[in-house]
Amino acid sequence: MKPPPFRYYDPQTADEAVGLLASLENAKLLAGGQSLMPMLNMRFVQPDHVIDLNRVPELAFIREEAGRIRIGAMTRQRDLEFSPLVAERLPLIGAGLHHVGHRQTRNRGTIGGSLCHLDPAAELVTVAMTLDAEIVARGPQGERRLAMAEFPLGFMTPALELDEMLVAIDIPVPPAGHGAGFVEMARRHGDFAIVSAAATIELDGAGRIARAVLVLGGVDVSPLRMGEVEEALAGQAPSAAIFADHCRLCGAVEAMDDALVSGTYRRRIAPVMARRALEQAARHAMAKVAA
Amino acid sequence: MIGAERAMDEAERRLISVTVNEVVHRAEVDVRLTLADFLRHTLQLTGTHVGCEHGVCGACTVLVGGHTARSCLMLAVQAHGHSVVTIEGLSTEGQPLPPLQQALADHHGLQCGFCTPGILTTLTELLRDNPSPSDEDIRVALSGNICRCTGYQGIVAAVRSLLPSAGREVRG
Amino acid sequence: MTAEPRPAADPAPHTFGRPVARVEDDALLRGRARFVDDIHLPGLLEAAFVRSPHAHARIRSIDCEPARAAPGVVAVMTFDDLRDVLTSDRLVVAMPSPSYLLEVHRPILARHETVHVGEAIAVVIAASRYLAEDAAALVEVDYDPLPVVADCHAALAEGGARVHADLPHNVVAELDTAYGDVDAAFAGAAEVVEDRFWLHRGGSHSMECRGVVASLDPLEDRLTVWSSTQTPNVAQRLLCDLLARDSDAIRVVTPELGGGFGPKLVFYPEEAVVAASAVKLGRPVKWIEDRREHFVVTTQERDQHWEMAMALDAEGRVLGMRGSLLHDHGAYTARGTNVVFASAITVPLAYNVPAYRLASKLLLTNKVPVTPIRGAGQPQAAFVMERLLDQAARRLGLDRAEIRRRNLVQPEQMPCRKPMKLRGGTFVVLDSGDYPAAQRLVMEKAGWDDFPRRQAEARAQGRHIGLGLVNYVEGTGRGPFEPVRVRVAANGRIHVASSATAMGQGTKTMLAQVVAEQLGGAIENVVVTTGDTAAMTLGFGGFNSRQAVMAGSSAHAAAVKVRAKALEAAAHMLEARPDELTIVGTHIRMRGNNRTIGLGEVARALEGIAGYVLPGNLEPGLEATEQVIVHDMAFSNGSAVAEVEVDVETGHVQVLRYLLAHDCGQMINPMLVDGQVIGGIAHGIGNALFEWMGFDANAQPLTNNYGEYLLVTAPEMPSIELFHRESPSPLNTLGIKGVGESGVIPTPAVIASAVEDALQPFGVRISHAPLSPMDILDLIARADGA
Repeated sequence: MKPPPFRYYDPQTADEAVGLLASLENAKLLAGGQSLMPMLNMRFVQPDHVIDLNRVPELAFIREEAGRIRIGAMTRQRDLEFSPLVAERLPLIGAGLHHVGHRQTRNRGTIGGSLCHLDPAAELVTVAMTLDAEIVARGPQGERRLAMAEFPLGFMTPALELDEMLVAIDIPVPPAGHGAGFVEMARRHGDFAIVSAAATIELDGAGRIARAVLVLGGVDVSPLRMGEVEEALAGQAPSAAIFADHCRLCGAVEAMDDALVSGTYRRRIAPVMARRALEQAARHAMAKVAA
Repeated sequence: MIGAERAMDEAERRLISVTVNEVVHRAEVDVRLTLADFLRHTLQLTGTHVGCEHGVCGACTVLVGGHTARSCLMLAVQAHGHSVVTIEGLSTEGQPLPPLQQALADHHGLQCGFCTPGILTTLTELLRDNPSPSDEDIRVALSGNICRCTGYQGIVAAVRSLLPSAGREVRG
Repeated sequence: MTAEPRPAADPAPHTFGRPVARVEDDALLRGRARFVDDIHLPGLLEAAFVRSPHAHARIRSIDCEPARAAPGVVAVMTFDDLRDVLTSDRLVVAMPSPSYLLEVHRPILARHETVHVGEAIAVVIAASRYLAEDAAALVEVDYDPLPVVADCHAALAEGGARVHADLPHNVVAELDTAYGDVDAAFAGAAEVVEDRFWLHRGGSHSMECRGVVASLDPLEDRLTVWSSTQTPNVAQRLLCDLLARDSDAIRVVTPELGGGFGPKLVFYPEEAVVAASAVKLGRPVKWIEDRREHFVVTTQERDQHWEMAMALDAEGRVLGMRGSLLHDHGAYTARGTNVVFASAITVPLAYNVPAYRLASKLLLTNKVPVTPIRGAGQPQAAFVMERLLDQAARRLGLDRAEIRRRNLVQPEQMPCRKPMKLRGGTFVVLDSGDYPAAQRLVMEKAGWDDFPRRQAEARAQGRHIGLGLVNYVEGTGRGPFEPVRVRVAANGRIHVASSATAMGQGTKTMLAQVVAEQLGGAIENVVVTTGDTAAMTLGFGGFNSRQAVMAGSSAHAAAVKVRAKALEAAAHMLEARPDELTIVGTHIRMRGNNRTIGLGEVARALEGIAGYVLPGNLEPGLEATEQVIVHDMAFSNGSAVAEVEVDVETGHVQVLRYLLAHDCGQMINPMLVDGQVIGGIAHGIGNALFEWMGFDANAQPLTNNYGEYLLVTAPEMPSIELFHRESPSPLNTLGIKGVGESGVIPTPAVIASAVEDALQPFGVRISHAPLSPMDILDLIARADGA
């Protein structure tokens, strides 16, 4: 289990990295390394060139600008976890990160790496979808933005050109009173989710649901936005019964079968995860109202 | 160095400088060499152990810039210019064991000791960042380190014995 | 010369029976211990193996040439290339048994047929492991895939595939275990319960994989092999045969071992290939198993399929049991029939079962061989017995504890001879213990009687908690002997050498404690060497929870002899009587005055001076070697209670509490005993809920990394509560029994019992392990539908 031979580059700027990416055949970008390095050690991937982004300081940042939070692709999961700004504005990220791997992997793992790896069960992918994030990609022709919803093209396949690199994600800050919930079923602490659910809830002045967002992770090849449930919940007073009732729809989705977990099991627990995430988000929102 | 005579292709071999346990080491390495193998083979610091080479077991965990990292998931070239601390750097030869290590011995927090280097670096970070962790905090912090021998109980007990509250309980 | 243990009133510190600090820890905690992969020799080459990607295929041809031309490669070898240094193409390691129907010895390197994924076909030896792996990928093997036997049932299928193309069938052995009139017991039964069980145990997963380093010293013509083996003396004997070398010409050393858990007792093809390569190339060679290899080539303890029925009278007394067992043996015999043997005799062990019959079949499959893993068939047997007792209790309306109480072997029956024999031919005799008292103790500590109230309260809140209770007996201290030499050096240091092999349990500490108890009580003055054939030529090593019993007994006997001789020599030197002397620390003291003499001085005197008589006319040297012989096994026992909570919406199981009352006789070091038991329980929780070594229908492994194969981590573990009882074994002077496998044996059974209890409202029956959340929801759904 040793990495195969490759040529290694450690550019200092994003443009330099994009330039290398555009000029090298069969190249792989190395971000936090928590997914690519195991695949290299197992020789599941055998790139001719590895472009290491760890010496590009401009890709690691968390900034608030005009009602949006912009996060550099090479921002470590640890830095998101301990950012007061993220905790204040985007509590769903912290709730999701709590389930991502372990301290040792979050210390190295990056948000960009997780999004581009696009594991169906990855918490940050589900969170980014829930928060209506935009992906900022840079290629030889410059930058373009695309909605997170359009980012997954299929199983572990991001909508990036071969010469394009994710440089940042851009997230609209939800209203301060919103509540966030993230739950997942994993076999052990820190494992990839079998099914996860992320939710945000905004309440109106009467304590009814003004807006709910619900996304299921791990069920299908990419996170499922449960628009029907969201619409059904709008205008309702949050309650366990209401959530349970509407989340039943989550059991009717297409679900992946794999060697370890059946689609049947995923469909069985999807409504449970959805309901629990919504309950958590509602409690969070109500606690903010009370405070 | 004889290597100076031949032109080194920077994309294949690199001269790196890494501070390990406060000592600066310079070496020419293959770019694909993992940090774990650099420590173990190049520097002969064999206290760091390799248990799975896919980033799950945690035996190879070291501190890089003060933060825990799987040394099997880093390339040696990535450590260039950084400071790395391994199990060997967490105690001083000829001196008594430091409190964490002594507590692990006292509470039978190790058996075969193969996972111990990763447990020590992990707990060093935990106790630095959270001086009074709950039992759950301790267990969650350890969740990235697999131990097949102890059932973790002695490790948790060792950490608990070091907390400020441990003394109070005894007095109370 | 009489050899008496030290008197109780002796002033030296006691080390026996105390939670003495481990002698192993300092080096481990400083990163200075030396494991096999830490051995770096000048000119060291590294090996990588070319392994079969097929579970069953004919090998048409192997082309090593492209690999030989790769950078850094020193050799690429198939068996044919190593033939000139090896006496056999097979490893013949199967233990004797009359039950075999087929002989299936592993090839050192597969030549014409490969029968499991991962089987080694060729070896690449290069300047580094990186380069060796690069070249291994260039070896071209032309395979012709053959039909695959992926499990026990397929192995038995009429006209089905065969694991080895040239063998007539797949039944490697048949084993019948029987006593009493079973059919009469069933004919007269008031109640019969029965079930089918699937019990699976996965791999061993020591955190250190296997490894071997071999180096030939041309000056002495001696081959030194450092191997991560639990049985270095056995490995040495095999290597001597394979390489046609004298026993003095091969030294096998087990360095610090990063866990064993069973599979490291097996001798492997890689050990033979690396040793042969070092001889052939004249250069030191290292091979370190990586984790991916561990998943496919280190032996496992996978599947057992049981059908078992239990006949009872109306009061819940067991009258008899009968059934069958299909056991997945893997593709070769890498050890023997012993896992099944242990399973078969363990079923009725803790209870009075008047009649019993189990027909077992060991079946070849196209998978890596099966050999014992911590527990070795006993956890499965306990599972079968205890699940049937739970079912019987429910059927008869008895409390689960009560039915056990009525059937447990009673203390007045001890020693209790069971009408079954151990593999060596002696009867199974439960040597000591009070099994009902252990059950009472754990029930009281767990609040067994109060639990129904707590359970009802929890259910009213929508929580599903359950409690399980299980008794177990563990056979320990497999004989016949394990030698120990105790020698006092001229500098006063006490050197202890044994063929016992340390793998993390604290074996060196254990031996130091036993010896120091007799020789002054200064642990720090004792140096222990284990697992080195240069230090001890006879012996077996570590397995079957045997080392404290066997080596501990020998260490005690040797230390007692050395003590007696030291006192006698010192008496002569101090002009005193031996009974006026005692050893305290590093000195021998005379009672009532301040005359002392160093242990080292006595040892030096006993080394003699040319031309002079030895002190007291004693034999030369202050040392003794003992190999206490015991054929009967010492049986530890215990009773476990687990409390679980099941999330019935997801199937998630959390173990909330785990209590174990256990009895391993006289404890040498209670701290180490706790460590062994708790570690065993963690392994058992893995077997109960997490660890599954999956294969698909082509016998391709499905779980070959630690994201898929789930080992228990700290958050899954409850805090274990242990309660000790000590019933000394009458089989050895010290009264000790083994403990290494105790924790794992009751655990899958007690978790299953607790989960079933928690799911009572759904009427679910648990008949397999591991039990996944997916299984639990399936069981609930099926029960709902019923």
